[in-house]
Amino acid sequence: MSFDNAYESLIDHEDTHWAFGTGFSEALPGVDREVPSTVDAPDLFAYCLMLGDDALVLSQRLAEWCSRAPELEEDVALANIALDLLGQARLLLTRAGEVEGAGRDEDALAYLRDEREFRNVHLAEIECGPLAGGDFATTMARLLVFSSWKIAQYSRLRTFDDPVVAAVAAKGLKELAYHRDHAAQWVVRLGDGTPESHERMRAGVRRVWPYLDELFTAHAVELRLGVDSAAFRAEVDGVLDAVFAAARLERPEPVPAARVNGRAGRDGVHTEAMGYLLAEMQHVHRSLPGATW
Amino acid sequence: MTPLDVASRVRDPELPVLTLADLGVLRDVVVRDGRVVVTITPTYSGCPAVQEMGADLRRTLRAAGYEDVEVRLSLSPAWTTDWISDDGRRKLAEAGIAPPSRIGPLAAGPVPLNLVPPSRRVACPRCGSLRTTELSRFGSTACKALRRCADCAEPFEHIKEI
Repeated sequence: MSFDNAYESLIDHEDTHWAFGTGFSEALPGVDREVPSTVDAPDLFAYCLMLGDDALVLSQRLAEWCSRAPELEEDVALANIALDLLGQARLLLTRAGEVEGAGRDEDALAYLRDEREFRNVHLAEIECGPLAGGDFATTMARLLVFSSWKIAQYSRLRTFDDPVVAAVAAKGLKELAYHRDHAAQWVVRLGDGTPESHERMRAGVRRVWPYLDELFTAHAVELRLGVDSAAFRAEVDGVLDAVFAAARLERPEPVPAARVNGRAGRDGVHTEAMGYLLAEMQHVHRSLPGATW
Repeated sequence: MTPLDVASRVRDPELPVLTLADLGVLRDVVVRDGRVVVTITPTYSGCPAVQEMGADLRRTLRAAGYEDVEVRLSLSPAWTTDWISDDGRRKLAEAGIAPPSRIGPLAAGPVPLNLVPPSRRVACPRCGSLRTTELSRFGSTACKALRRCADCAEPFEHIKEI
């Protein structure tokens, strides 16, 4: 039976709910799960974590804006963008768990790993407002840089050997195009706005700039899989230059990425903000193991 | 009724004026060794209704006497608003939701950057006027944008092209 009202279907008659909890363990029912012979399974597992963690962690950051954005439409927009990224993360983490073959599902990977096991880039995790680290302009600067870089990455992944990653990339690309347009239009509106908005947009770009270099520093796993992120730089630079020109903003001088003994987010070495983010994201799941609602 | 007939009547949980077939989410219904295998493609990666669509399909097919049902998810090719049927577009407009325009296959090469919202001629579903503007690219669900009509002054939702 179908329902006249979507809410009627929530009063469920079987074990599947579309809210949190049961039923989320199968983000990829029926999708071909075989690992292609051309791909090393441990590398593919690591790479799915990298891609999934980028999306999951930025999704968590964007969701922090809910009810705090400068206008209601932005509450809705940022929540929508966060939801797209969460959907990408669910598919990628489910894929990671399958490839690993140790019985970990998306929830186990999202909620039961510690900081050192996360593989996202620092740009996704740093605070850019609303609570600390910046404001709405900073958040738009991060979203512009992140989505421009992801578009370059996903464009190449459309032909990746693993069919699940390739499908997520092809789908995600269309969503990211909306995210980047949204961020770019705000950067232009604020940068080319009042003296106050211009200054805050300029500060926002400077806040995220030190995290750019890491995006174009390929990890050994990425290189072995044939995805050299250094090759994305020219494309991303071109997009940022076009936006900055329209926004009357200057491109800051390059800043070398901060690394610890040569390691950064892709190696599980994170900034101070990451522990706080995970504490909030994982707290309910860890306090009440197995809880569903 | 055949399994295809039954599955084609299941409605979308978030846009109940449309069936999953109208929406282009229902891709395939076949019977293999007595098992009904239904293939669906999600609209957006984060679409929270996918789980419910699967449950609705299983429930409806069981009620029609098909006990053994498997719902498969196909991610590739990715869903596009071009898959919404003509019938679906008419039903949307009748429900006060502007249907998407047709965009054709995604062009090869770099994803174009839009520094101003692309101007699309979207007709107001209430008065038909083409003098409408986008209020927000993001609406009540992932697939909708919010617009307003300059002639009848009514706000309305628009299924945005993807």
